[in-house]
Amino acid sequence: MGWFHRRGWRDLIIGLPYLWLVLFFLVPFAIVIAMSVATKTPTAPPFSFGGAHPWVNLSTYQRLLTEPLYLRAFLISLTNAAATTLFCLGLGYPMALALTRVSRASRNILLMLVILPFWTSFLLRVYAWMGLMGKSSWFNQGLTSAWNWLVPADWAVTSLPLMHSNFAVVLVMVYTYLPFMILPLYASLERLDPILDEAALDLGSRPWQVFLDVTLPQSVPGIIAGGLLVFIPAAGELVIPTLVGDAATPMIGRVISDQFSQARDWPMASAVAVALLALMVGPTMLYSHYQARAEGTK
Amino acid sequence: MADFLQIQGVSKSFGPFQAVRDVTLSVAQGEIFSLLGGSGCGKTTLLRMLAGFEDPTAGRIFLDGRDMAGVPPWARPVHMMFQSYALFPHMTVEANISYGLKHDALTPAQRRDRVREMLDLVQLTPTATRKPHQISGGQRQRVALARALARQPKLLLLDEPLAALDKKLREHTQFELMSIQARTGVTFIVVTHDQEEAMTLSDRIAVMDRGQVQQVGSPTEIYEYPVNRFVASFIGAITSFDAEVVARDAGFLTLHVPDFGGQVTTREADFAPGTRVTLALRPEKLVISKDRPPGNAVQGVVKDLAYFGKDSLYRITLASGALVQAHAVNQARGAAMVADWDDQVWLSFQPSAAIVLGG
Repeated sequence: MGWFHRRGWRDLIIGLPYLWLVLFFLVPFAIVIAMSVATKTPTAPPFSFGGAHPWVNLSTYQRLLTEPLYLRAFLISLTNAAATTLFCLGLGYPMALALTRVSRASRNILLMLVILPFWTSFLLRVYAWMGLMGKSSWFNQGLTSAWNWLVPADWAVTSLPLMHSNFAVVLVMVYTYLPFMILPLYASLERLDPILDEAALDLGSRPWQVFLDVTLPQSVPGIIAGGLLVFIPAAGELVIPTLVGDAATPMIGRVISDQFSQARDWPMASAVAVALLALMVGPTMLYSHYQARAEGTK
Repeated sequence: MADFLQIQGVSKSFGPFQAVRDVTLSVAQGEIFSLLGGSGCGKTTLLRMLAGFEDPTAGRIFLDGRDMAGVPPWARPVHMMFQSYALFPHMTVEANISYGLKHDALTPAQRRDRVREMLDLVQLTPTATRKPHQISGGQRQRVALARALARQPKLLLLDEPLAALDKKLREHTQFELMSIQARTGVTFIVVTHDQEEAMTLSDRIAVMDRGQVQQVGSPTEIYEYPVNRFVASFIGAITSFDAEVVARDAGFLTLHVPDFGGQVTTREADFAPGTRVTLALRPEKLVISKDRPPGNAVQGVVKDLAYFGKDSLYRITLASGALVQAHAVNQARGAAMVADWDDQVWLSFQPSAAIVLGG
């Protein structure tokens, strides 16, 4: 047998993801943490570990916590990510529920339509939105007419200032991340036994009560999974705020990027990245907690 | 009383498929009534129409004098015990039982009392705070029963109530169901494919086939006096022979049975001489003997025998090649059996034991 050793193969297969994680996440992350406690220098690379004991410079973190720029960027990122998550949930839940209620044939077509946008480059889709939101586009003009019709005459505008606004950032993020909400929601809703709905109807509940009492509580793991899949990348989003956002309301991803490339303050960029990760650990642990609980009920 | 539940000419079609055809039944209050049939006979569709999950294509359903047409499931005083139990997995046993009660105008104390009463009825008080996945199959079945009974329905629908239980638990639960029905007085409609289950549980049975009711009657009537070949063969084992009526007189019918190579006498039935009929004989009504007895008798060879302990099943080939099943109770302990493989035996039966069916 020699090389074909069952246990050896098993260890290798289990070991691969760990190896991947160590090589491409833990090691780089350790470098980032190290960089965040280094000192900014005008050299290349632009940091050094200052000569004196304890070789650790915590002043970057001190600045991070005291300078309003960073706190504000964190706040904007978290609110934008939260808004994006809520809108995705509001739009995605009915879509995911509808997917479970249609015939199997149309279900496959609709599921494919949900992931179809991924066939096009992400950047291309953001540029398409930039075109749509531009002052002279049919989309902007249509919304402008609706706006002018709804509001008093003296509020009328020739076009809506959609581009380069926080609104545009949230809109494009909702568009981009919607499939990440729909798919886990669909996966959790699809597992529910439709007989349970009948049982609740039979016991006297109207359809909306059945939804609240039976469907919604059982889809909580799906809501949390979808919420995290949207919230975490949305909080660190760089491309969308850079392309459609407003420079006056920077998101944290943009701050990291600016610190790295423009200010060349690598320790600060690293410190912001570490802080962002620390913020995301909380929700992820919440998710694992629910996941474990959901598995316990099977 | 017999008008408590009335099903009048109810049909249900799904596209071109007719699941239920012109069913008319009436059920008395407090009765255990079974719908018995194989899969696809329409019994489940009929049950779902009673629950309000399906609307009849034609016909009407009256419950306690009220027309159920257009009444949605949540507004019917009818509750169902689902075959899979359909317990809410995210709720405790207690919460499952009290779920329907939130729609009733009860004070929290009254609701608690009702739940306690139900837990007591099905002997589940110790498991009140567990989740459905933490209790056994038999316990889940009782939670489903308690949940369906909690709102005191006028009608309780039970879809294959015992199918998911193992044999031993099934027998025990059967009697428990009957005792709970007697204590609560709720009318039970049981859907089952298991004829034994239907026989032991029910006051009356409706045997269904291909969407139609074939016969309605007490278990004894259905077993001893089936009205057609389907009912006769669906309920219990039976051997059927083609026959022709030779004479009808003085309470007796004389039949010519080609497989017997002669004539047999049965109790009088409404068939004129010359009519082609079916002679049906249940295994336990046949007597096996070595010597020719007087009366209806036919000779055959034991081809197969199965010893079950309390009784034995014989498969006997007649001279015509027809195969007959006969049961013999093993009365004497350790005694030699009536017959052995390849023995020549006589099969005989009383005129009253034979079933004569048209066609």
